[in-house]
Amino acid sequence: MSEITDLGVAAIRDGVAAGTFSAVEVAEAFNANVAAAQGALNAFIVATPDHAIEAAKAVDAKRAAGETLGAMAGVPIGMKDLFATTGVQTTAASHILEGFVPQYESTVSQKLWDAGAGLLGKLNLDQFAMGSSNESSHFGSVVSPWRRPGSNAPLTAGGSSGGSSAAIAARLAPAATGTDTGGSIRQPAAYTGTTGIKPTYGRCSRWGVVAYASSLDQAGAMGRDVTDCAIMLESMAGFDPKDATSLELPVPNWTAALVGDLKGKKVGIPKEYRVEGMPAEIEAIWEQGIAWLKDAGAEVVEVSLPHTQYALATYYIIAPAEASSNLARYDGVRYGLRDLPDGAGLQDMYAATRADGFGPEVKRRILIGTYVLSAGFYDAYYTKAQKVRALISQDFAKAFEQVDVLLTPTAPSAAFALGESNEDPIAMYLNDVFTVPASLAGLPAMSVPAGLDAQGLPLGLQIIGRPLDEQGVLNAGLAIEGRAGFTAKPGKWW
Amino acid sequence: MSVDTATVAKIASLARIKVSEPELEAMVPELNGILAWVEQLGQVNTDGIEPMTAVIPNTLRLRDDVIDADPLTGGDKRDAVLANAPAAEHGFFGVPKVIE
Repeated sequence: MSEITDLGVAAIRDGVAAGTFSAVEVAEAFNANVAAAQGALNAFIVATPDHAIEAAKAVDAKRAAGETLGAMAGVPIGMKDLFATTGVQTTAASHILEGFVPQYESTVSQKLWDAGAGLLGKLNLDQFAMGSSNESSHFGSVVSPWRRPGSNAPLTAGGSSGGSSAAIAARLAPAATGTDTGGSIRQPAAYTGTTGIKPTYGRCSRWGVVAYASSLDQAGAMGRDVTDCAIMLESMAGFDPKDATSLELPVPNWTAALVGDLKGKKVGIPKEYRVEGMPAEIEAIWEQGIAWLKDAGAEVVEVSLPHTQYALATYYIIAPAEASSNLARYDGVRYGLRDLPDGAGLQDMYAATRADGFGPEVKRRILIGTYVLSAGFYDAYYTKAQKVRALISQDFAKAFEQVDVLLTPTAPSAAFALGESNEDPIAMYLNDVFTVPASLAGLPAMSVPAGLDAQGLPLGLQIIGRPLDEQGVLNAGLAIEGRAGFTAKPGKWW
Repeated sequence: MSVDTATVAKIASLARIKVSEPELEAMVPELNGILAWVEQLGQVNTDGIEPMTAVIPNTLRLRDDVIDADPLTGGDKRDAVLANAPAAEHGFFGVPKVIE
């Protein structure tokens, strides 16, 4: 038998249920990997080995008593440090929330514990999920387990869910939660040879998730393969009266309906995604993906999403605007950091606390957001962006009159080295060029590993679906997964 | 549209973020770079387009108007609410003196 830590969600759950190994053995194996990799990869902000063991003991006891086990029973997972966890520090990778210990549990994490999962620890991320490389974390960058051949240069595991993607790729966790505002699940998945799905906006409750841009934020599942993501997403999703934008709909049994046969399905290839200067390898993997979906029985047609080129600029007005409003709550009064200079009044305390507590990228976005929402500029920037957002959404709606899903590359390149693109904020924003449009339209989308580039680094393909059609997305993902036969994993150097 | 040092100082003040002179100088070109880049939206004809406010059609729900509808966020939670406050005193949030 292969090592326990090479197994995914389904294999662990089924192995625990069958008695092949105990849940405690699983938790111990992953706890050991988490501890051994922390110095090199920095994937976790806090490890919680005791929590993982306690949850595992509960599952083993239930099994011994002959009780029914949950869909994630015995599976220890990593939790992005954006989800509030009772009694466990929750920071959003920021200094301003350092030491914040929630008195309540986020809906999504509670659902996972109810399904029998255990907590390995809180995963590192870009500060307040603002970033594409994990370099904006107050607790240091995540280092990808992947390296270029013959080079020790540390690479990014992507962002903002970079702790999640690195932990899964390095076998520190079989699966992890992520959140996606403009690509923060899909881009890190693509950079690390892992799989991640962002469901339709409103499927997963945002209650207890540290807010970045509320009209875009959506939790999702990250794992080794499509089936594991489907299992995990089923456990995470569902109506929550505590989130005003939660969708009051039943959660389909996506896992049971998974099928990689795409006969009768139409796949759209948006021509505007063939951006200028796209690397030949990205173009080639996209062509390969088209061939795989045809092989699965799908008909492939070209479609047009004419406003694609405006998506990034739209996003970088709307997201900072919402962020500037959401992050106004960090005031040094109710929770988190307080910086009170000698003789300072209330206003000075606010300004000093926020200057000390927020990192440079967070400040940049708060300032941009404050500017575009300020009197005299609101219509020119914010209202304009909301109108373009409507056009981008209409583009997708028109395309989905012709096709069932869309296929695109996930990111415009393979993972880059840490420090390589953080000089110019706009160059960094361009990483999200293929993922942001689906976020603006609230559509379900996932990244599946498709192959390696010439340097041996993973490349991902993105599937975008109709609103609420996670099933169509997962099925197309499964069709690619079955044909890509992606088994590469990073050589262990840590 | 572009911003100068005075405008950035004004925005920072609105956002309640203390910014030093050197930081201010560094931010002006960064913010101008981003604002120049988003100017491209001006090329899009949005006449007659309604600004998008919700990606998925949804209705605003109202809960029953009763006390402690959700026990977790209902009353009698003072200690939990204050648990993470940096300067809680006598069951209140403590702040610097605001009235002279």
